[in-house]
Amino acid sequence: MQFWIIQTLNSVAFGGLLFLLSSGFSLIFGLMRIPNLAHGAFFMLGAYFGYTLLQLKLHFWVAAFVGGIGVGLIGIIMERVVLRRLAGNEQGQVLVTLGVSFIIADICLLVWTGDPMPLAAPPSLRPPLRLGGLAFPTYRLVVLAIALAAALALYLLMERTRLGAMIRAGVDDMEMASGVGIPVSRLFTTVFLLGATLAGVGGVLGGPVLSAYPGLDTDMLPLALIVVILGGAGSLLGAFVGSFIVGFIYNFGIALVPDLAYFVLFLPMVLVLVFLPQGLFGRVQI
Amino acid sequence: MTRGTRVALALCALILLAVPWIIGNEFYVNMASQVLIYALFALSINMMLGYGGMVSLGHAAYLGIAGYACILATLAGYDQLTAAIFAIALSTLAAALFGVLSLRAPGLGFIMITLALGQIVWGVAYRANDLTGGDNGIRHPARPMPFGFDIHDASSFYYFTLVVFLIALFFIRRFSRSPFGASLMGARDQPRRMRMLGHNVWLIRWITFVMAGFWASVAGVLYVNYNLFLSPHAISLQQSAEILLMAILGGASTLSGPIVGAAIITLVKNVVSTYVERWNTLLGVIFVVVIMFMPHGLVPGCTQAWRRLRNRLRRRKTSSGAASELAR
Repeated sequence: MQFWIIQTLNSVAFGGLLFLLSSGFSLIFGLMRIPNLAHGAFFMLGAYFGYTLLQLKLHFWVAAFVGGIGVGLIGIIMERVVLRRLAGNEQGQVLVTLGVSFIIADICLLVWTGDPMPLAAPPSLRPPLRLGGLAFPTYRLVVLAIALAAALALYLLMERTRLGAMIRAGVDDMEMASGVGIPVSRLFTTVFLLGATLAGVGGVLGGPVLSAYPGLDTDMLPLALIVVILGGAGSLLGAFVGSFIVGFIYNFGIALVPDLAYFVLFLPMVLVLVFLPQGLFGRVQI
Repeated sequence: MTRGTRVALALCALILLAVPWIIGNEFYVNMASQVLIYALFALSINMMLGYGGMVSLGHAAYLGIAGYACILATLAGYDQLTAAIFAIALSTLAAALFGVLSLRAPGLGFIMITLALGQIVWGVAYRANDLTGGDNGIRHPARPMPFGFDIHDASSFYYFTLVVFLIALFFIRRFSRSPFGASLMGARDQPRRMRMLGHNVWLIRWITFVMAGFWASVAGVLYVNYNLFLSPHAISLQQSAEILLMAILGGASTLSGPIVGAAIITLVKNVVSTYVERWNTLLGVIFVVVIMFMPHGLVPGCTQAWRRLRNRLRRRKTSSGAASELAR
């Protein structure tokens, strides 16, 4: 019993982390029509930034915020300096994001060496939460709560604000959106900042669970891709549902059939691709 | 074929044949074999990329499936030829399945799905310790003895690779110039018109996908017979990206481009790796620079520059000729 409860909790906490990663990925994909293959590297960079900021004795939540913004700024630089120059050449843009991800990953290896670096969870959250004879890891519950709060905030942003309306317009019809005077260029940068920041924050928050290690980027990127393939691109709801599905399958896969954890991810992807090629809640054709 | 290209081809063939004599050093002969194997990878991915406009980021998956299948079949006691055929068949079958899945989404979705599939193969190889040896990799017992020839030393393995490579090159060249290749290019440029003309665009792409998977599997079998070892590092995303970069760097949609790209990347990688550890940074930088500043690759770029130079020289000659004519 304990096993199932703890694994379920781990799954939803991991799903929450995946949501932070893939919501930004999905937004960028929906608006700019490019899968940002540097997104896994952004996540890893967030984890390493968090590690260093914690070494500097910063408070955990401050570290998460600062680390996220730091990654967001790097995202902006990439968008402005590299992607902007390839406007219209989407295939080139995708490949360039992959090139950037290699550079980021290798620089991380240079700066932070090859050893895994576990991030310390905030001291107040370290003791487990005891409820009816069961012990829950408090930190993971908090991660889940933050992911849910982020989902709500993103929902309100998308549905209730002017910026959200502009993003939705851009996702649905880019030409029309720029035709009615929406500043598309600024919108791209904003969405990139938002997406990269979310990935960075996810990296810091994921640090105590996953720790920062070389290869974290290529571990996370396929998960984000599968989330978006499952949930559908450009849809917040899709990223949300997809994240938890993948979180569950991946986590239980590792716990029950560790040898085939990756292979079980393959099944839902196959099913969705065969029966629902747009994903569960897709707004745009991937 | 003009006379110039025929002479150039004959020269290339002679050089390829003479490689072990020109460079006696075993290390460099081995590197030449490596170039040939990677060139075959690049050629196979270019069938999709250059002629079909399909960007695959999971091409190392076929190296992985064919490689592991070949090693495991050999370890299970099958003879080398059976193991190789089994490996190529299994991996081509996987390509047929992956093709069905990847082609559900056109364009950028294709990149994402091939990447995800490639990483799943990588993840299985990495995690399935009992089968693949996990991170430590797995040894291939021995190089085969095709038709009784011993190919254990560097130069005879080089010739073996060269023979396979030339056969593949012949077929891929035939493919690219066949009516099927033309319809593939049509499907790349004008899928809607091709559909109107009654072509089954999906089927054309899928067949290409499977053929590319087949040749990648052949290269994969060569790869494990060359290295006598396979680990998940060899089938990582970096590997897929390197193969893709070879085709783009040399010039996708040309036949010689991927070969040139494979030679350059393999040599640079070998040279750089001996001096510094930062190969991945360099790989990323080459990626970004090539795509931003040289999207059509070296071979078309150089051909164009050469043509321009030749035209200018000719024009100068004719104009000076005209000038002297006028002066008279």
